[in-house]
Amino acid sequence: MFSSPDDVRAKLAETGYLADDAIATTVFLADVLGKPLLVEGPAGTGKTELAKAVTEAAGAELVRLQCYEGLDEARALYEWNYRKQLLRIQAAGDGQKWEETHDDIFSEEFLLARPLLTAIRRDDPTVLLVDETDKADVEVEGLLLEVLSDFQVTVPELGTILATRRPFVVLTSNATRELSEALKRRCLFLHMDYPDAEREKAIVLRRVPEVPEALAERLVRTIRTLRALELKKSPSIAESIDWARTLVALGIETLDEAAVGQTLGVVLKHASDQARAVKELGLN
Amino acid sequence: MPAEGLIDRHVAFVGALRGAGLPVSLAESLDATQAMAAIDLMDRRQLRAAYAAAVVKRAPHRATFDRLFDLWWPPAVGDGESSAADGADGAEELEEVEPADLDAMRNVLRDQLREVLLSGDDEALRRLARQSVTGLGRTDSPPGRQSWFTYRVLRALSPETLLADLLKAILDGEQRGGLAEKVARQMLAERIKKFEEYVEAEVRRRLAEDRGVEAIAKTSVKPLIEQVDFLRASRDEIAELRRRVYPLARRLATRLTAKRRLGRSGRLDVRRTVRASLSSGGVPLTTIHKPHKPHKPELVVLCDVSGSVAAFAHFTVLLAYALREQFAKVRVFAFVDTCDEVTRFFEHGGDVGDAVARMAQEANVVWFDGHSDYGHSFEVFAQKWPDAVTPKTSLLILGDARTNYRALSLPSLRSVVHHARRAYWLNPEPRQYWSSGDSAASSYGDVVPMIECRNAAQLEEFVEQLLPV
Repeated sequence: MFSSPDDVRAKLAETGYLADDAIATTVFLADVLGKPLLVEGPAGTGKTELAKAVTEAAGAELVRLQCYEGLDEARALYEWNYRKQLLRIQAAGDGQKWEETHDDIFSEEFLLARPLLTAIRRDDPTVLLVDETDKADVEVEGLLLEVLSDFQVTVPELGTILATRRPFVVLTSNATRELSEALKRRCLFLHMDYPDAEREKAIVLRRVPEVPEALAERLVRTIRTLRALELKKSPSIAESIDWARTLVALGIETLDEAAVGQTLGVVLKHASDQARAVKELGLN
Repeated sequence: MPAEGLIDRHVAFVGALRGAGLPVSLAESLDATQAMAAIDLMDRRQLRAAYAAAVVKRAPHRATFDRLFDLWWPPAVGDGESSAADGADGAEELEEVEPADLDAMRNVLRDQLREVLLSGDDEALRRLARQSVTGLGRTDSPPGRQSWFTYRVLRALSPETLLADLLKAILDGEQRGGLAEKVARQMLAERIKKFEEYVEAEVRRRLAEDRGVEAIAKTSVKPLIEQVDFLRASRDEIAELRRRVYPLARRLATRLTAKRRLGRSGRLDVRRTVRASLSSGGVPLTTIHKPHKPHKPELVVLCDVSGSVAAFAHFTVLLAYALREQFAKVRVFAFVDTCDEVTRFFEHGGDVGDAVARMAQEANVVWFDGHSDYGHSFEVFAQKWPDAVTPKTSLLILGDARTNYRALSLPSLRSVVHHARRAYWLNPEPRQYWSSGDSAASSYGDVVPMIECRNAAQLEEFVEQLLPV
């Protein structure tokens, strides 16, 4: 899909995603080496956005598997449509032999493909996004291992289905738990932290073009000051962008004490965090 | 395929990473070589990102990796001036100064540092760090025995003293003391810290050139923050630890919820089972159970907040509060030589960090001379709050059990412990020092199970076992 890290950066920039060296190089390598990319980092630093941007840049289609507690094979891989199978058996009547019915009800028609199988069977360029992998149970990781190392799925009744075209796989994680060593070993790892000031400013300007440059600069600096405090939840890039939008909507031109105090709720979502910021920054 | 010298370098580098505690498997090492073949090796940033993607699979390992990467794949050789074409203009200015004239050199560099800190140009900052180390970091020993020192550079340039001047330039007439100043201060502090890091990295690189990479690698790797001893943590490390409290609590809580889910489930949920069976023609293919209700204990924390163990107590109380959804109730008592309840500082959903600070100042924990007195504290606790510890309570005592040779009051403690559902004593001292000098670890250890808890990793392990499943 890409010819060099710089190519990655340029193509991602066209979609509105500003990548730094680490992101561009890692995405490039994941593509060239055909390995899944595991992206870890705090919430709101653009992990899912990266997958979407890669999809757009490569002209591919996104297949998304959202992980949650209790996610199982039937929801992630494939499932037999047993209601339809039941109907088929009942509709068959007495004349049909069991062997025929048996072969019939375990055919393509009765298979419900879930995201992992869908991604593997597609012939066109595909990006498979396994979102919030850390939310899923440990068993799901075992399932992912088979799919991600060989890009194949075994359905006992149909045989092994091999990927016709390897999808570009992105796994995201908020690091609420450590993923297994086996899974990590098969992936390339990218830790996404809060960006440096220059890049964050560029991102804000890109996403909210209406905001004046000086205000964006000031906003990013203030956000960084907030991140230096001990907070329950530090503001992420998503919050910076929201804040910029809020300031534009309210027509605020300078970010002084009053303006920050007025709009603090956009950036900090805990009452105790707000109280702390008000005190430390002397907003009253 | 990479050349042979490169492979040797790669193998040595991976060896050093393993030596520093990063679990790099053979498969990952091979991934790294494949990655090297795919990228532009002349671009050091690409090389760093490629290595990081292939061999560093945990965020806390990244700092160690960066240090070792800088040693094994240095950005420059020697003074670095000849190879770096873009560093030319800075070098010219320096050459006008006689090397012996340290004061003049210092002033030139300081002026440059002021400008660079103001502009925030990262590349210039790095270049300046290199020049400063060349000019100021060397000792005046005979050639061949010279050494390089970070503190010589930083003391000569003392970037902090530039702060007032820089602030004035940035604020440019804006009001002092307000938000603008806070923000500017933070920005400058970040840049100064970066400069210090660059100087340190540069010094390490020079030392490695003189003495060999392996020797420097061994001494320059810091322990991971989870492994830092509470009793020996520096101020920066304590701050770093406190910042980790909420992520740590979140991680623990998730793990516990998952464990609970895997534990025994409750009684059969008839309604939902029958409902689910309808879609399979009335055959209940799967049974559905009601979730098991977890038992939530009350937690009473009794902590020594005297100087020596305060950092440990604060961190543990912070963690207990961050986890308070896991308990029915949390009560905290602090003592030095007498005991006081400090739960009130944590209530009203206020900021826990503030509460810890206020607890140390306002609570009535000093009675006689401000030296730890475990015996008296336990007596006061047992007398004043006899109903605090009940059969539902898990009791947690935090302290190093150093009694200053005073009375132990074992009977008081025994009766308190007897009432509790479970009781533990967490001791931040290494086990081999227990019962040496004035430590009463073994006497108290007979009454309460005493557990060594020197760092965040051990604390995490303990909390996971303590909490109910």
